[in-house]
Amino acid sequence: MTLTHEPIEGEHFVVVSESTGDEWEIVVGLEVHCELATVTKLFCGCPNMFGDEPNTNVCPVCLGLPGSLPVLNENVVELAMRLGRALQCSVEPSVFARKNYFYPDMPKDYQVTQFDRPINVDGWLDLPDGTRVGIERAHIEEDTGKNSHAGGSGRIHGADYSLVDYNRAGVPLVEIVGRPHIRHPEQAKTYIDELRAILLTTGASDAKMEEGSLRVDANVSVRRVGDTELGTRCEVKNLNSLRSLGRAIEYEARRQVDLLETGERIKQETRHWDEGAGRTRAGRSKEEAEDYRYFQEPDLVPLVPSAEWIAAIDAAMPPLPAARREALAVASGLAVTESGVVIAVQRDLDQLALATIAAGGDGRRVLTHVEHNLSGEGSAGLDPATFAQLVGLELGGQLTATQVKTVLAEMLVSGRAPDVIAAELGFEAMDSSELEGVVDGLIAESPEEWSDFCTGDDKKRAKLQGFFTGKIMKATKGQADGKAVAVLLESRRVESL
Amino acid sequence: MSARLTRDNVAKVADLARLDLTEADLDRYTEQLSAVLDHAEDVASLDLDGVPPTSHPLPLVNVLRADVVVEGVDREEVLSQAPSVEDRRFRVPAILGEEP
Repeated sequence: MTLTHEPIEGEHFVVVSESTGDEWEIVVGLEVHCELATVTKLFCGCPNMFGDEPNTNVCPVCLGLPGSLPVLNENVVELAMRLGRALQCSVEPSVFARKNYFYPDMPKDYQVTQFDRPINVDGWLDLPDGTRVGIERAHIEEDTGKNSHAGGSGRIHGADYSLVDYNRAGVPLVEIVGRPHIRHPEQAKTYIDELRAILLTTGASDAKMEEGSLRVDANVSVRRVGDTELGTRCEVKNLNSLRSLGRAIEYEARRQVDLLETGERIKQETRHWDEGAGRTRAGRSKEEAEDYRYFQEPDLVPLVPSAEWIAAIDAAMPPLPAARREALAVASGLAVTESGVVIAVQRDLDQLALATIAAGGDGRRVLTHVEHNLSGEGSAGLDPATFAQLVGLELGGQLTATQVKTVLAEMLVSGRAPDVIAAELGFEAMDSSELEGVVDGLIAESPEEWSDFCTGDDKKRAKLQGFFTGKIMKATKGQADGKAVAVLLESRRVESL
Repeated sequence: MSARLTRDNVAKVADLARLDLTEADLDRYTEQLSAVLDHAEDVASLDLDGVPPTSHPLPLVNVLRADVVVEGVDREEVLSQAPSVEDRRFRVPAILGEEP
């Protein structure tokens, strides 16, 4: 069966089955685990550090030795609440629970988490496209140790034994459980981008997917367009990049549509994404919640943050991405959804853009450069006043778009003023009479091509426009402005008709 | 009085706890655990309207520590206690029987 994808009104992502013509809607809810950027672990004073020598950051508490007692890290509570408030959650009195299971990644044979009384509940995250994704909860729990499988094929299935490093056991996590409000793979990726921006802005986490400090599981189901009941979902794990996330959701949706259309049922299960093979595979069938035999952690007392603490967090909350986009949209005159606005905030270049616009730079042009010619790193030192000056040279026609790009690159390296750099590179403004002279000369040199350009069909004209533009650029050593050339050619053509 | 817990319930819980119980054990524990639940039922029969659930026996909340490193234990000492070690990690049997 072949499937095609058509967004409907830019809102729903629909899988259209070519064999039946039926339309299916993808429904995704994401669960994100992120490691909090604390100095120490959740319940003990061992360093929370990625990449240290195995089993060097361990103590009786995180090794689960008898007689040891956990004590909650105050900074975990602070960061978890900052994140919760940034996600518009309400902070509630919470308790910790033991989730019991047997797997050597936790030496205690249980994981301490929050079960029926999580710290943050009922919030939301607004995406740049205007979609509001509900947040069911964002609770505190501890990370597990790291297993590596040895022997056999080296892969999980053929392993003879495992080697365990407990440095990560007990590292604080917040699990952010999103509601199933996501409707297409790109939206899922945008949600993670947005969440990552919030994690960085609030200082809650460094949110590095490649180091595992931000991990994403996707609950995917499908339903016929128009249905309101949710379909049976599968939880897809092992998503190590945004690219994997998008591909896995798409694959999983196709697989489910395929099964349903051939009269089969979806089995609720955990599936693992195989990036190399580009498919998901069934994992262990999901244990029911009761199988984890949750019960309250008797070694920890309830957590009841004071109203003052919550108010202090709200008061210190930095501007969040949505508000930053809004401010930039107002200043630049563009819509909040325009890619330049979205990307400027994503790359943390919105302050630079705002200052440049304040210094007189044209909003649209400034954001075009931020989007296409500046990266997050290395652009921090760019001076808004000189950046605005460069944009002014471009807008005034003294520099072509290509030249601006070259000058900007040089400004990033040397920090010098754009007019100085332009003069040094020989990017002198070509005045219009000079350009006219060049163009008229070239027209006279190629009368046949010119005549075809004037009277030919669209295809021929486009081809000959390229021919003349190329010659003009060559004759002016690239200093002619492409737009000015096109305008001039068109006016000469109209004149000659 | 012991109808609330079946022998199958006990067998399942034993399985989850990785306990290998004999048939006689199952019978005995079904009876004993049922008695425990019956006692809980006695409490539940009281009129508890307006009594909030007790989340902890101690009248304490917010026991917190500062986010400061405290020295842990020496790796060599830790690993020397393990039955099997390889490459400075704990070596454990592959526990992947449930994987397909």
